[in-house]
Amino acid sequence: MTDLAAQSNVTSATPDTMAWDSRARRVVMIYLPLACFILILLFPFYWMAITSFKPNAELLNYKEHNPFWITSPTLAHVKHLLFDTSYPRWLKTTMLVAIGSTFLSLFASTLAAYAIERLRFRGSPYVGLGIYLAYLVPPSILFIPLATVIVQFGLFDSPLALILVYPTFLVPFCTWLLIGYFKSIPYELEECALVDGATRLQILWRITLPLAVPGLISAGIFSFTLSWNEFIYALAFIQSGANKTVPVAILTELVTGDVYQWGALMAGSLLGSLPVALFYSLFVDYYVSSLTGAVKE
Amino acid sequence: MSVTTLPSRGATLRQPGWLARLFDYKPFLIVMCLAPAIGLLLVFLTYPLGLGIWLAFTDTTIGQRGIYIGLENFQYLLKDPLWWNAVFYSIFYTAVATFGKFALGFWLALLLNNHFPLKSLIRAIVLLPWIVPTVLSALAFWWIYDPQFSIISYLLVDVLHLRDSNVDFLGSPWPARFSLIAANIWRGIPFVAISLLAGLQTISPSLYEAAMLDGATSWQRFRYITFPMMMPILAIVMTFSIIFTFTDFQLVYAITRGGPVNSTHLLATLAFQRGIAGGELGEGAAIAVSMIPFLVFATLFSYFGLARRKWQQGEAND
Repeated sequence: MTDLAAQSNVTSATPDTMAWDSRARRVVMIYLPLACFILILLFPFYWMAITSFKPNAELLNYKEHNPFWITSPTLAHVKHLLFDTSYPRWLKTTMLVAIGSTFLSLFASTLAAYAIERLRFRGSPYVGLGIYLAYLVPPSILFIPLATVIVQFGLFDSPLALILVYPTFLVPFCTWLLIGYFKSIPYELEECALVDGATRLQILWRITLPLAVPGLISAGIFSFTLSWNEFIYALAFIQSGANKTVPVAILTELVTGDVYQWGALMAGSLLGSLPVALFYSLFVDYYVSSLTGAVKE
Repeated sequence: MSVTTLPSRGATLRQPGWLARLFDYKPFLIVMCLAPAIGLLLVFLTYPLGLGIWLAFTDTTIGQRGIYIGLENFQYLLKDPLWWNAVFYSIFYTAVATFGKFALGFWLALLLNNHFPLKSLIRAIVLLPWIVPTVLSALAFWWIYDPQFSIISYLLVDVLHLRDSNVDFLGSPWPARFSLIAANIWRGIPFVAISLLAGLQTISPSLYEAAMLDGATSWQRFRYITFPMMMPILAIVMTFSIIFTFTDFQLVYAITRGGPVNSTHLLATLAFQRGIAGGELGEGAAIAVSMIPFLVFATLFSYFGLARRKWQQGEAND
């Protein structure tokens, strides 16, 4: 215990490790609640996963089978999902929409953040504030008028509508994040380049952007996740079954009749969550830093 | 500020083409850089916001351009018990879920602020509920709340023998309301915890050392150091959380669609049901617009309420 306390005394800033607490106290105060939190936060995923691979006989019979475990795992639900429904098509549409809107909003917000932070002009803080305020307008207020706008533009039922609309909530966040990143890049580098005769766009392309790559990655994965998860616009603007995104399609196409296909539903949810979860696990550090960085700004 | 004169000198030295000169002309460049972002936001955010307020004063339906009818939509809503029900549940949902999220999220942040093995892995795992599409985790909750095969009922009835019959989570109004709030809290904890953890890590350890030398108990250290120091970040995170909880749509739409007997409608789901599913765009827009006063009030309350207390306590501490 002593070496643990001594070790954490050096590195930690927290009050509890500085106190002379016993190991038992530490277990009760920290590890036990933490274990409960993790158990509760992860249980729905475990339940989702285990339901996806359970045969129907086990799924609906708790008396003879322990519901927490599978005795004879099956791929029937996944197979049904991939070959009997348009699930691959929905995945493809979702991927297209997420990638398209991510690139569009990265493009728009990089330029905007550069203009606001580096090409300082009169009123640039107000433009920044205006873009930030756009983040506070929730989609629930906008989806009805936006639906009429989309119809006017002839984009109803087209994935392009989603690619164009998602930047409304992605651009404010990305701009905000990138302004923070640009701030951390020394201005002297740009001054040197200006003295050497580089144009503003050359500076942006050759100097600022390469240095802002971590910020771009953070903004990119954030945008990707948010557009993958978006629901209300996709529900309101897309009508035909083939063009739906995964979250909408599972809810509207797979939930049919009175007897729910829980196995297929959970397999669909699991598969639909996997891309973002994978993406997230690859870039988890960027993710946490962008989330916390944006909050601290 | 002398920087602004530099590009013109650089440009004259090299004599580049007119296109390059145009793109190096600062006002033009500023306009070009801001155009994509501002354009997208104006067309797909500001214009629809104005259009939505206009639609709320018309009787537009899908496929038919409406005419101005003044406050008729709002007068109708004020007499509509379903709207009042949605207002009540939206406020209740936001209040209880925000309280739960912040109480549990703050606790989790304090736990994560300790040193223990596999810390970064655990922090990554904790954020998972927030990453996964809400609708998909909502489906998992729907399955967990199943009247017949709910795993919670199984635990309570068959394993722990605490109850004789299955819990009816979504079949009657109040259990359904609390079940949705529980799912919302589950999804909201990670965001609150990770944001507040970032705030906790900025608090200087010397404050705690000083307090411990003065003999402060751990509760006093929390009450007089951690809590006041966290006020600014709490205000921001809470403002965001309140806005997005009040306007929540996905969770309710996925799990109950407003049922049973319309008891769990939030304003957003009611607006969708009337506006898109029912085709009464004008009335749906009026319901959506009726959220705005609540949002403004909640934002001002949480932001200024917390910010003012931070200012008072900050002064007392200094």
